[in-house]
Amino acid sequence: MRGTPEVITAPGVGGVGDSPPRPDGTLKVTGEFAYASDLWIDGMLWGATLRSPHPRARIVSIDTTEALAQPGVHAVLTHEDVPGRRHYGLDHTWDQPVLAIGEVRHQGEPIALVAADHPETARRALARIAIEWEVLEPLTDARRAAFDPSYPQVQERPNPARHQPVRVGDVEAARRLAEVVVSGTFEVGIQDQAFLGPESGLAVPAEDGGVDLYVATQWMHNDLKQIGPCLGLTEEKIRMTLSGVGGAFGGREDLSMQIHAAMLAMRTGRPVKMVYDRRESFFGHVHRHPAEMRYEYGALSTGEILYADVEILLDGGAYTSATLNVVGNAASLGVGPYEIPNVSIDAYGVYTNNPPCGAMRGFGAVQACFAYESMMDKLAAACGIDPVEIRQINAASQGTRLATGQVLWAPLPMAEMLEQARTLPLPAPLDATDIRNLPGGASQTTHGEGVRRGVGYGVGLKNICFSEGYDDYSTARVSLEVIGGEATALVHTAAAEVGQGLVTVEAQIARTELGIERVVIHPADNQVGDAGSSSASRQTYMTGGAVKAACEAVRERLFERLDHDDLALAGGKIVSASAGVIASIEEVLGDDVIEETREYHHEPTTGMDKESGQGDSHTQLALCVHRAVVDVDVELGLVKVVELAAVQDVGRIINRLSLEGQIHGGSAQGLGLAVMEEIVVRDGVVRNPSFTDYLIPTIQDMPPMRLEILENADPRAPYGLRGAGEPPTLSSTPAIVAAIRDATGLALTRVPVRPEHITGR
Amino acid sequence: MRVNFTVNGRSEAVDDVWEGESLLYVLRERVGLPGSKNACEQGECGSCTVYLDGTPVCSCLVAAGQVEGREVRTVEGLADGERLDPVQEAFVEAGAVQCGFCTPGLIVQAHDLIQRNEHPSDVEIREALAGNLCRCTGYEKILDAVRLAATRKAALK
Repeated sequence: MRGTPEVITAPGVGGVGDSPPRPDGTLKVTGEFAYASDLWIDGMLWGATLRSPHPRARIVSIDTTEALAQPGVHAVLTHEDVPGRRHYGLDHTWDQPVLAIGEVRHQGEPIALVAADHPETARRALARIAIEWEVLEPLTDARRAAFDPSYPQVQERPNPARHQPVRVGDVEAARRLAEVVVSGTFEVGIQDQAFLGPESGLAVPAEDGGVDLYVATQWMHNDLKQIGPCLGLTEEKIRMTLSGVGGAFGGREDLSMQIHAAMLAMRTGRPVKMVYDRRESFFGHVHRHPAEMRYEYGALSTGEILYADVEILLDGGAYTSATLNVVGNAASLGVGPYEIPNVSIDAYGVYTNNPPCGAMRGFGAVQACFAYESMMDKLAAACGIDPVEIRQINAASQGTRLATGQVLWAPLPMAEMLEQARTLPLPAPLDATDIRNLPGGASQTTHGEGVRRGVGYGVGLKNICFSEGYDDYSTARVSLEVIGGEATALVHTAAAEVGQGLVTVEAQIARTELGIERVVIHPADNQVGDAGSSSASRQTYMTGGAVKAACEAVRERLFERLDHDDLALAGGKIVSASAGVIASIEEVLGDDVIEETREYHHEPTTGMDKESGQGDSHTQLALCVHRAVVDVDVELGLVKVVELAAVQDVGRIINRLSLEGQIHGGSAQGLGLAVMEEIVVRDGVVRNPSFTDYLIPTIQDMPPMRLEILENADPRAPYGLRGAGEPPTLSSTPAIVAAIRDATGLALTRVPVRPEHITGR
Repeated sequence: MRVNFTVNGRSEAVDDVWEGESLLYVLRERVGLPGSKNACEQGECGSCTVYLDGTPVCSCLVAAGQVEGREVRTVEGLADGERLDPVQEAFVEAGAVQCGFCTPGLIVQAHDLIQRNEHPSDVEIREALAGNLCRCTGYEKILDAVRLAATRKAALK
């Protein structure tokens, strides 16, 4: 078999605070790193999925006879072949059919599976599955789904999937006191994670009747809780190993091909590989929820906000996925990092026949951030106050009570961060003598005429780790032994390395806690306890915390062997504060292996009250501030982002190189949402499922970035760190749109901003 | 059909190739070189970039039969034994690798750029890499890596 993940040795030295190279870096630059789509084993078959062309239809009949008769086809399966539970879903919702049962509720819904000896044979067999349809009119109106009781139901669960209010103070009373009132309706289009490594994996039938699964996912243990019941297998019979993951960004939180490949493998008795192509990938995972948001703020003429009245409507598509938690985030973070005494927020998530939506980097906070930051600029204009200043006037800080009643217990120097962003040097004025600097670039659409520069700011507040009372934890197993004469730590977790650099951080923590250089990372699998998801910016915090705790336990056991009580580990030696170097780790360890497993739980959170939204629902909150500079060709509607500057407080820098990469990458995804990325849907049908038509930023679109990274520690978190991956995805979008407004004077209430929004035609 | 070509200096005779297969498929599934990646398979992302007779191409857009008698060099063929090419080395060092799925294509493309242009400016780097999508890095560290690789390659001369 090719592509089975192996133990990797972290190269070089480097503890917490250093930037050692990635343990998997050399494998990735030589093409040897095995991704899920690279898996290969003798005798394997190729799986393929038949998907619905209709967003809403009844399946009158399915005839697989002709497909099954094709030479080279080994199996054709439908919902009747699902061995166990016929539905799966996140958070115990169990509302998504493994394969469609009698009807489809969104375009691209899986209906049937084929296993064949060549991918093309499998694809041709799919075309020979005969389905008799009764096509129905799709239910695509999210507003009616939320508020019109006569609107037909999309699935068994009623609309709305969740309504979460937040109430504090007295909005009506505050409305009477307001000297300035601004309002707006804002829209966010559907964004796709667009990770580059398509959904893929290999299922190998095992002799015990179980299955070995090699897949690219974000959270193996949660996959397993859904896969097991659907396959009718106990979890012990499913051995799951994380294969190389080509990016995730939330898009791998839901299952894709896991159950399908396992079903085909179990039916045929042969290994089955499934690899989606890009078009199928657009239908193979959930997207960021599109949003319609109605905001009204009242303030004193001095800029001090008195009240916020907010409605956020999120279209979750046909199945629940992560919608319930996305609504919770949108509600609790609906007005962002601002002190507003009177707040009324109503956040809704609904079912429609539009594409299913769920987790994506920023998770409900992105949509709200675009709206509340747009409102801050609107209010600034109405009050005649500078946009930075109006944010500073209303800025939250340590001790602020959010609309949910939660008090910000950790440092949050927002006003200072805004000042820092404002005072960073601005990029040089446009040099129009080189057309490559201009909007449109080498396409020569302008020589500088009609090009206007603008500057804008954005601030975003993101919860880190799982919220709303979820018992969020991670598990790490660390063993210490002498290998080849050198003390070596082996770190084993189920945490998904999806590109973010978790394996690097795990090795750094082990080096720091154990005072050694040599660390090896075990492949992530389900032979160790749950690590939770690689999402919510939580893995450095949670799995980092678990690795730290396991290392501390190993260290304690090593110290028990010595008769001292003031010991530490450094440079491979056991050191006593009073007696100096006692011995090398190798001497004390001998041939023994010390192994410890620890769970790390963060400070517990509470749920949100069903009527008032009150509760300490988040365990950590993180802030990012962006300043964007743009050049806009106001005649053609083309935008060039000239520079992005970000100021982010990360509590403690664990690895600067990786951290900067997270801020750059997060900002780039926010740029994509600001000016280019949208899954365009008409009547429930996706119009652009390809990289030809769904555009993500290229190196030409992404400007140089200026970063200011602060380290105001969060005393509750391991090393004082703050999760860092998501906050920049929130704030870069509104900063860029604010800059375009500054350049054009337009209101711009929808992202992505398209050329026609700028030219008006 | 049978396809004869040279890949990374080694002659290959590949049998039972279906006429519709791409060079990318043949490399990944038939000759055991999965380093070139399958992110879009329609020439938009550059993750499958390889040299074909010395010119970078999207191997997903080349039909297998088109490489008959020709020479292919993939990301697996850039290192000199255990010694990484300066471009590969720079990508690891500069933090230009995250998930790494775009990396093989970017490395081949950057390798070609530096071969043609010893001291590329930022504008030239951006132009040369405009056909390679990366979803993780925001490209800043990729620019760092290409600048570093160019400096190192020039110093080697």
